[in-house]
Amino acid sequence: MTFKETPDAVPAVEMQDITLRFPGVLANDHVNFTMYPGEIHALLGENGAGKSTLMNVLTGLYKPQSGEIRIHGKKVSFNSPKDAIANGIGMVHQHFMLVENQTVTENILIGLDTPRFALNLKKYDQEVSDLADQFGIHIDPTAKIWQLSVGEQQRVEILKILYRGADILIMDEPTAVLAPQEADELIATLKGMAAQGKAIAFISHKLAEVKQVADKLTVLRRGRVTAERMDLHDFTRESLASLMVGREVIFNLHKCDQDPGREVLRLEDVSALNNKNLPALRNVDLALHEGEILGIAGVAGNGQSELVEVITGLRPCTGNIWLEGKNIANKPPAFSISQGLAHIPEDRIGVGSAPNLSLTSNIIMKRYDQEPISHNWQLDYVAADTLAGGLKDEYDIQAPSVQTQARKLSGGNLQKLILARELSSTPRLIVAMQPTRGLDVGAIESVQQLLLRQREQGCAILLVSEDLDELLALSDRIAVMYEGHVVGTICSADFDITKIGLMMTGTLPQDLPPEVPELKSPAPGSVSDFDSVLDHVKDFEQIEQASPAGQPVVIPEEEIPPSEEPSRGGSSPSAQDLNLSEKERVLRKVLGENYNKGDEA
Amino acid sequence: MKIPYPVFLKRHEDPPKWLPAVTSIGAVILAFIISGIVLAATGANPFTVYSYFFKASFGSWGAFSDVIVKATPLLLIGLGCALAFKMRLWNIGAEGQFFIGAFMASAVVMVPLVNLDTTPRWAIISLMMLLGMVGGALYGFIPGFLKAKLNINEVIITLMLNYIAVLWNNYWIFGKWSEAGFQMTKTFPRSAWLPRLADYAAEVPAFAGMTAHFGILFGLIAAVIIYQILYRSKWGYKITLIGDNPKAARYAGINIARNTILVFMVSGALAGLAGMTEVSGVVHRLQERISTSYGFSGVIVAWLAKLNPFAVIVVSVLFGALLVASREIQPSGISFLIQGITLFLVISSDVLLKYEIKWVRPAQETAQ
Repeated sequence: MTFKETPDAVPAVEMQDITLRFPGVLANDHVNFTMYPGEIHALLGENGAGKSTLMNVLTGLYKPQSGEIRIHGKKVSFNSPKDAIANGIGMVHQHFMLVENQTVTENILIGLDTPRFALNLKKYDQEVSDLADQFGIHIDPTAKIWQLSVGEQQRVEILKILYRGADILIMDEPTAVLAPQEADELIATLKGMAAQGKAIAFISHKLAEVKQVADKLTVLRRGRVTAERMDLHDFTRESLASLMVGREVIFNLHKCDQDPGREVLRLEDVSALNNKNLPALRNVDLALHEGEILGIAGVAGNGQSELVEVITGLRPCTGNIWLEGKNIANKPPAFSISQGLAHIPEDRIGVGSAPNLSLTSNIIMKRYDQEPISHNWQLDYVAADTLAGGLKDEYDIQAPSVQTQARKLSGGNLQKLILARELSSTPRLIVAMQPTRGLDVGAIESVQQLLLRQREQGCAILLVSEDLDELLALSDRIAVMYEGHVVGTICSADFDITKIGLMMTGTLPQDLPPEVPELKSPAPGSVSDFDSVLDHVKDFEQIEQASPAGQPVVIPEEEIPPSEEPSRGGSSPSAQDLNLSEKERVLRKVLGENYNKGDEA
Repeated sequence: MKIPYPVFLKRHEDPPKWLPAVTSIGAVILAFIISGIVLAATGANPFTVYSYFFKASFGSWGAFSDVIVKATPLLLIGLGCALAFKMRLWNIGAEGQFFIGAFMASAVVMVPLVNLDTTPRWAIISLMMLLGMVGGALYGFIPGFLKAKLNINEVIITLMLNYIAVLWNNYWIFGKWSEAGFQMTKTFPRSAWLPRLADYAAEVPAFAGMTAHFGILFGLIAAVIIYQILYRSKWGYKITLIGDNPKAARYAGINIARNTILVFMVSGALAGLAGMTEVSGVVHRLQERISTSYGFSGVIVAWLAKLNPFAVIVVSVLFGALLVASREIQPSGISFLIQGITLFLVISSDVLLKYEIKWVRPAQETAQ
C-alpha cells in the first residue's frame, strides 16, 4: 500500500461528535470520523446505518444539531453544498448528474463561473485531458455522455470534482453500478489518486471490495460508530460483517443435499436479439429440475438479461421454452405467470415495482385478478390490505404501513417486498436476476435463505448473478454464458472457480486444462499457482485460435471429459497478448484474494 | 451570489392527506386576490365585480341553471380526460371527439336513421346517445391504436385530429345538411331534444325558463362510474399501475396496448356524449360553434381536480360559473383572466405537495 500514516500530519477531515436527529430517527449519534490526506477510508454499514447522512453533513446538505467539522485543521460550518465545494469536498453520487447530449468537457464545465460567455472548447478539452492524465483516468473529452459506458460516466463525475479542485472525495457506493472489470479500473484509479494526496471516503457494504481498496475503516451501525479508524488488516470478512449488523452472519449457508426431481423448464435452441437488434442469445439449450438451483455465470452483458427476458415473456425469441410441458416462448408474460413462473427482476425500481403506489398495490401486482383480492370486476382493497399486512409481517418488510409508497422503502426492504410477492404465489419456477446486488449483508443473507427454502420445497430456480461466491454457495449446477452461448454446465461436485473463470472468457469445456490441482485445493495461493494458470491460458488460447469458430458444447450432468493432449502449434505471441489482458482481468476477479497474494509475494 | 434568506426545498416525506385540498383551495383564493388587484388597477372595484360575478352565476336558480348547462360538457370531458391522464395518456383530442359525437348524434335526425314521427322520444334520444358515444370512441380509437401499436405520440395525433373533426363537421353543415345556405342544420324535431327543466314548467312552475337539461345527470352518473372504475375496480388498478410504471405493468402481465386503446375509447366516448348533449340538449341543431373550446377546458378541469372524478364535478361547476359570468361582465376577458390565473396558481401549488419550504435564517447559521 502506498499510504503511510504520519502521526503529526493534519487530518484532511475531522468530524467530531456529529449528532443529527430527524423526526423519530437518530441518524447520527455522536459520530466521529477522521481521514488523512492520501488515504482511502472505507465507511461501512448496513442500509440506513447513517453513512449517507454523515457524508451529506460533510457535503453541506444537512446541518448537524451538534458537533464540529474541521477541514485541514480549520473549523468550518457549511450552509450549502457550495461551501463544501469551496473547501475542496466533492461527492460522486450513485446516480450520475450528467447531460446526455453534451460532451465530457461541457459536462465538467457546467455551473462554473469561467468560462463566462465565449467557450473555447478546444482549450478546455486539453485541460480536461491533462487532468485525466494526471490521475491516470482514460476518457475522451470530446465524447458525448450517451456514448459512454456507465464506468466511463463515473469517471466524468470524478473528473468534475477534481476539476473543481477537490482534495477530499466521497464515493457513494461507486461499484454498485459497475461491471466487475470497470470496478477494478475504478479501484486502480482511486489508489492512484490517494497516492497523489487525495483523501477518499469510500461508502460501501461490499466487504470483499472494501478489503481490496481501503486503508482505514470506520463502521456505523444504527447511527453509531462501532469501529473507528481501524486498520483493515485486523479484520476478517466475518468480523467486519458482525460489526455491521451486530451479530454473527453466516457466510456458509446451509444447503441440504437433495436430488433434483422431474424437469420443470427446458430451453431448446433458443436465440434472441438484444435492444440494438444484435444477436444476444445463440442456440441456448438448458434444462432445470424440481428442487434445483441452476446458476448462470458470466461477465455482465453476455446474454444473461436476454435469457431472463425470453423466459419471462418480455422479449421475443426463436426456439422452444417448455415450462411444465407447455411452450411459453413468445407468450405474453401473463401466461407464464399463470403457469407458476415467478420473476425477481434485476431492476427493482424500474421494473419490479411501481414506486409511487402503495405497498399493497405493489404486493397484489400479479394476483389482482384472483380471489379474494377481486370479485368479477371489483377489486377488494380491504382484502388486499390484509394480504399485504400479512406478508409485510411474514417477510419482515420495514415500513410504517401497507399504505406507504414503495419508493420510500430501502433497497433491502424493496427486495423483500418483491420476494414476498413472487414467492407467496407458490411458484413452480423462480427466475432471479441479481437478487442480492446492492443489498447489505443482513438482507443478502435473508434473500439467500429464502431462495434455499424455496429449493427445499421443490421449486426450480434459475439464478443469474455476477457474484461468483453467491453462485457457488447456492447453485446445484452452474451454466456459464459467453457471448450468448452457454459454454458449458458444471455440477456442484465439480465446482472449480478457475474452470468457471476460464469458461467465462469463452474457453470451451473440452479445451479446459485437464487438471489444475494446486488451485482446486482452496488454501494455497502462491505465485506458481497463478503462473501455472496463466500458462494454461496461453496454451489453450492457441488451440482456440486454431479450432473452427466455437460451437457451444453443453456437458450437463457428466464429468468434464479429460481432454486429449492438445497438439501445440507454433507460438503466435501477438494473438496471445491481445487476449491476455481480458483473461487476466477475469482471472483476477474469479481468483480474488489468491490472485492478490500471488501478486504481492 | 448570496441570498440573505436562503430558501430550501425539502422533499415531503409524508404529506398529510388534507394537504392537496388545502393547497388547491388556497390557490383559488389567491387567484381571486391577484385578479382583484388587477381589476383595481384597471379602475374597477374588485368587490363590486366579484359580487356581480357571483350574482350572474349563483344569484338565482335561473342563473345556476345556466351554470349547469355550461358545466355539463365540461364535466363529461373532464372525466374522460381524468381517466386518460391517470394512465398518463395525454388525450388532448376531446374537442375533436366532442365534434364527432355531435355529428353522429345529429346524423340520427339528419339522415334520418329512424322515422322521427313514429319512433318514441326515449328511443331516438337513446340512439343519439349511443351513436354519440360510438363516434367519440372511434375517434379516440385512432390515436389509441397508433400509440399502442406504433408508439406514435398521442399529443400530436389528438391535436391534429381536432382540426379534422371541425372541418368534417363544417363539410356537412356548409353542404349537405345546410339549412337554406346557413352554416347550420335545421332545428331538430322536439322528439330529438333532451328533456329540459323548462319542459316540466307545467308541473313545477319554478322550472319555467330553466334550460338545464338531462345531460348533467349523465355527467353525475359518469362521475360515479369513473370513480368506481378508478378506485374500486381491477381495471382501475391496471390503469393506475400502467400510469405509474409501464415497465412494471408489463412485467406483471398487463396488456398495455389493449388498455391504451380501451382507455382512449372510453375517454373519447365521454367526450362524444358531451357533444351529443350539446346538440340535443342546448342548440338542438348541428352548427359551427357548438363548443367554446370545451375540449380544452376539459383538460384544465381534469388537472385542477387532480384527476379525482368527484372533484371534477366541483371544478366543472366553477368553470361553468366563470363562463356564464363572462357574459355579464365587460370586458368578458376578465373571467378568462381569472381562469388563467387560477390554473397557473393551482398547477404551481403542486410544488407545495412535493416539497416543504424551509428558510434558514442568518441568525441560526452563526449560532452553530
